[in-house]
Amino acid sequence: VINDSLLVIVLAQAVLYGTPLLYASLGELLAERSGVLNLGVEGMMLFGAAVGFCVTQRVHGGDAAVLWLAVAGAAVAGAAMAAIHAFLTITLRASQIVSGLALTIFAGGLGLSAYLGNELHLADLPATHQFKPLDVLGLGDLPVLGPILFDQSALVYASWLVTLLVALYLGRTRFGLNVRAVGEAPASADAMGISVTVYRYVHVLVGGAFAGVGGACYSLSITAGWTSGDTLVNGAGWIAIALVIFAFWRAELCLVGAYLFGGLSALPFALQAHDVTVSPELLQSLPYVMTIVVLVLVSTAFARRRLGAPAALGRPYVREER
Amino acid sequence: VIRLERRLEQPWWLSVAVPVGSLLVAFAIMAVVLAVSGHAPGETYRKIFEAGFTGSGSLSATLISATPILFTGLAAAVAFRMGLFNIGAEGQLYLGAIGGSWIALQLGDRDAGSTSLYVVAMCLAAGVLGALWALIPGVLRAFASTNEIITSLMLNYVAGYLLTYLIYDSASYWRDVSTLQARAFPQGKPMPSAAEWPTFGSSVVVPLGFLVGIAAAVTLWFLYSRTRFGFEVSVIADSPRAARYAGMRTRRKILAVMALSGAVAGLGGASQIGDFSHTLDGSPQGLQAAAFGYTGIVVAALARYNPIAVCLVAVLIGGLLNAGFTLQGADFPSGLVGVLQGIILFCALGGELLIRYRVTVRRRVPAHAGDTSEAAA
Repeated sequence: VINDSLLVIVLAQAVLYGTPLLYASLGELLAERSGVLNLGVEGMMLFGAAVGFCVTQRVHGGDAAVLWLAVAGAAVAGAAMAAIHAFLTITLRASQIVSGLALTIFAGGLGLSAYLGNELHLADLPATHQFKPLDVLGLGDLPVLGPILFDQSALVYASWLVTLLVALYLGRTRFGLNVRAVGEAPASADAMGISVTVYRYVHVLVGGAFAGVGGACYSLSITAGWTSGDTLVNGAGWIAIALVIFAFWRAELCLVGAYLFGGLSALPFALQAHDVTVSPELLQSLPYVMTIVVLVLVSTAFARRRLGAPAALGRPYVREER
Repeated sequence: VIRLERRLEQPWWLSVAVPVGSLLVAFAIMAVVLAVSGHAPGETYRKIFEAGFTGSGSLSATLISATPILFTGLAAAVAFRMGLFNIGAEGQLYLGAIGGSWIALQLGDRDAGSTSLYVVAMCLAAGVLGALWALIPGVLRAFASTNEIITSLMLNYVAGYLLTYLIYDSASYWRDVSTLQARAFPQGKPMPSAAEWPTFGSSVVVPLGFLVGIAAAVTLWFLYSRTRFGFEVSVIADSPRAARYAGMRTRRKILAVMALSGAVAGLGGASQIGDFSHTLDGSPQGLQAAAFGYTGIVVAALARYNPIAVCLVAVLIGGLLNAGFTLQGADFPSGLVGVLQGIILFCALGGELLIRYRVTVRRRVPAHAGDTSEAAA
């Protein structure tokens, strides 16, 4: 009975809605740790969502096989978009900020995603495959914790594994140490024989793949389908970028932030279902307002002690000009 | 081997040739995308050109599309020049529309004779509201060093919801509740007829808003290239530390530039009300559908943040938008405008490399033939 209470429902939804934010912010974290800011997350997510949904429509087979193929497709789509950003900023030394904005315009709701959705008439197609809640351990009926942690989709369980892997990778492996060196002091890393270019390319691409998977969470699980315009992702990519700052560039804190903002995104739907009469616009703008509030709090703390931000974030590395 | 050498001086013609070149390259890349997805590029381009520029009445329609992105392009250019990435022009334009329509409704039909009064009042109200909205990320950046990119973007969503709220979900001052039909299908109050901005010309109709935009562009050009203010902005852009040592007040400049940028975007909102919609359009197909704010960034970047060049580029991109509106359907797949804008921006960014660096290609010299003259060069 307690599992039907509003609080438990909102918390369970927080995990569901937080998952795309988690994937996307982990991806952005990897790119930023290598020193590249990618503001194209929103566009990469939306394109990943479109491609993922497209795969479920075109491939026939068992549910699990099709869905994981769709996730892989979304990852490749996100990485392909990130490759443009990587080439422009790393090889051509373009402004990371403007290039990221360009990527969001190019891939976003009025761009390539809409183009693809329109050409293949994705908006008219009903979802044929979708990630469903999976009660793996048989703990789904547990009071409170059951619906929140043990009755989620495979994408949610996978995101926990990915968070753990990213945290271990950055903190405990030689490659992770090298990435941090590239992001903090590229000249020193270069002198040590670490290829700044290769590390940055790889992490921007992997980051893009994560964003693509994050987008697929919407089209394969949360909304399960394709809607035209940018209503599907609706700013989640930007919130994910803010989350990286909120998490002081640490993977485990991305998880906390993602669920916090997942809860805020889920709140309007949960309250509406319970006939709470608050203006929907007010509730819907809550995640965006809270992002600003949280960023202000974090940045004032940040100004006092420089926490976390990679020192070379946003700067192209040119060996001759260091 | 391809080598890049930083140019000590940038020849002036490059800053014209490179944007033009990147535009051409962008159209070539887009042609490939079109061909791959089964559209004939030549035919599509011909139709775009006709609908945007050469067809009868098309140039007038293009100027209507160009007006809002002229304002948002200027807004982006003003802020980006100081390295202040205000991407909230979208929301600032909504607020301008809210402010402009509010004052027009306030004045009502009282001074029906003098349109100029309405124009000035609407511009003032819109500018003030746009500036205030932009000052939120501005103040946060100046006093809490909060990243203005994310805050200004988040406020776009908030402004969008505010617009929806005013027309759809409340009995606000802007909403028309005079008839039964208007109560059932939410819409904004119609503006008094004196608040309709005049147009000029007969064969090519120029909306007043476009002229206001050009005046704003000239003013901004003067401000940025001929005054102490503009000089300090460019010093802060190049080196904030040097600016601080020289005693320039960086915080004040951040606030001033954000307010200016927001005010210009707000003017775009007033022009949308006065030139075009004559009501506050809160529907998803209205003000919010066109993404003027984001298009403004493309305009500004292609114009290399030069206010005068923004006017030209706005007409060019305006033609593309206008073609998008008129050609919807099989001739003009939706999403094409955004894809093309993205490619244009990518090419413009890649082109910056050619402006900043000299690219030299040299053949790799075999080791045994390595002579001293090559080493000296």
